[in-house]
Amino acid sequence: MHTFTKLLATEAKLFLRTPMWAVFGILLPTAVLAGVGSIRGMREPSEVTGGYRFIDLWVPSLVVVALAMLGLQSIPAAVASYREQGVLRRLATTPVPPAFLLLAQLVLHAVVALAGVGLMLVTARVAFDVPLPRHPLTYVVTLLLGLVSVFALGLIAASIARTAKAAAAFAMIAFFPIMFVGGVYLPRPLLPEVIQRIGAYVPPGTQPLQDAWVGAGVQPLQFVTLAAFALGGTALAVRLFRWE
Amino acid sequence: MPLIEVTELRKTYGKRVAVDGVSFTVERGEIFGILGTNGAGKTTTVECLQGLRRPDSGAISVLDLDPAKDIARLHQHIGVQLQDARLPEKLRVAEALELFAAFYPYPADIGALLRQLRLEDHRTTAFGKLSGGLRQRLSIALALVGNPEVAILDELTTGLDPHSRRDTWQLVTGVRDAGVTVVLVTHFMDEAERLCDRVAVFAAGRIVATGTPAELRATTGKSTLDDAFVTLTGRS
Repeated sequence: MHTFTKLLATEAKLFLRTPMWAVFGILLPTAVLAGVGSIRGMREPSEVTGGYRFIDLWVPSLVVVALAMLGLQSIPAAVASYREQGVLRRLATTPVPPAFLLLAQLVLHAVVALAGVGLMLVTARVAFDVPLPRHPLTYVVTLLLGLVSVFALGLIAASIARTAKAAAAFAMIAFFPIMFVGGVYLPRPLLPEVIQRIGAYVPPGTQPLQDAWVGAGVQPLQFVTLAAFALGGTALAVRLFRWE
Repeated sequence: MPLIEVTELRKTYGKRVAVDGVSFTVERGEIFGILGTNGAGKTTTVECLQGLRRPDSGAISVLDLDPAKDIARLHQHIGVQLQDARLPEKLRVAEALELFAAFYPYPADIGALLRQLRLEDHRTTAFGKLSGGLRQRLSIALALVGNPEVAILDELTTGLDPHSRRDTWQLVTGVRDAGVTVVLVTHFMDEAERLCDRVAVFAAGRIVATGTPAELRATTGKSTLDDAFVTLTGRS
């Protein structure tokens, strides 16, 4: 336990000494929200979106931006650069288990992501009158599952790629579909039916996130699928991970 | 009972044979040199000792453990210095030592280690800002922080100026005098002559000679280990 906490504390210090990803992860969702919210049309109810305002439907998708950026860009970059520099090889000659390093990265990025999402939710409520999630507990659990499921994809990319460049390329394979299905490029109600259905089950679970927010709560099957992605993905990453 | 025993070790990468039937032993308390030109199979051999690579065939025993099976236990008792392994740029000297100390059940005293390697004045210097000599000293400190029984040092003085090399040699002797068995991988003959009790000379994946530096000079009839090495590895 002492080994893990020491590793986590050291990784946290290093993470904050190059604060780009921390600052990005915490501020970007709120910055995008402010940008979109400053356009008047986004703040007016529209018939296309069933009487909701664009911004109401967009906020859940902004959560996807935060998760995808940190999970699919920052995590693979961090682990892959350790691999390139030989840091992983050096660690491989010590008794520290490989999974510790992956878990430390997961925890660090999770803290940043939750801070970013939290700040964005508060801003959305205070500045743009977007209602907070209607089922807060369900929302938080779904968010955590969604977060781990996306981060696990990033860890898998980091585990199989040999260089930082390759890791970025692997992660991009997941990045764009997740952003698209998650309604980042186009609000989800405007996406084709089939894409919307896919979004109900794949990480980070945009549909359950939305249902916990405005709808009638999350369907059990969506919960289970998301949990399976989260657990299975993390286990696969730990299995695939090689020090070199 | 030798501390390290390697029997008929063989390792190939695809079609290329890196190590081709290598056997040697290392006794407790000695400085054992693994010599050879680049690509002779030295690094592959020590990587097998460290459990970083799995041999295709042959047996290895380090401290009565098989590196391929008891890797977690083995790593508690060996300290390693790797050829070109870096640390994160922003990690500071003392932080690196404290982090690595947390990996081991019975770590060394960090203050004493910093003094021994003359790193006290650089405690808060980031790895990225360290000179080559300081990096090498930190890397030796990290190899010793777990209080190992065996230290495996790979290309310890490559890239160092003559003063730093001599300082590093003194350190290695000090480490051995503290009771640690040292396996030293090098292609510098003056270094081997100065430090090693016994050496194994590698050429093209095999061991062509084993013995003390004096024995190798005597069997080849040469006056320096350098000349003896060139004769043994088949180039004149």
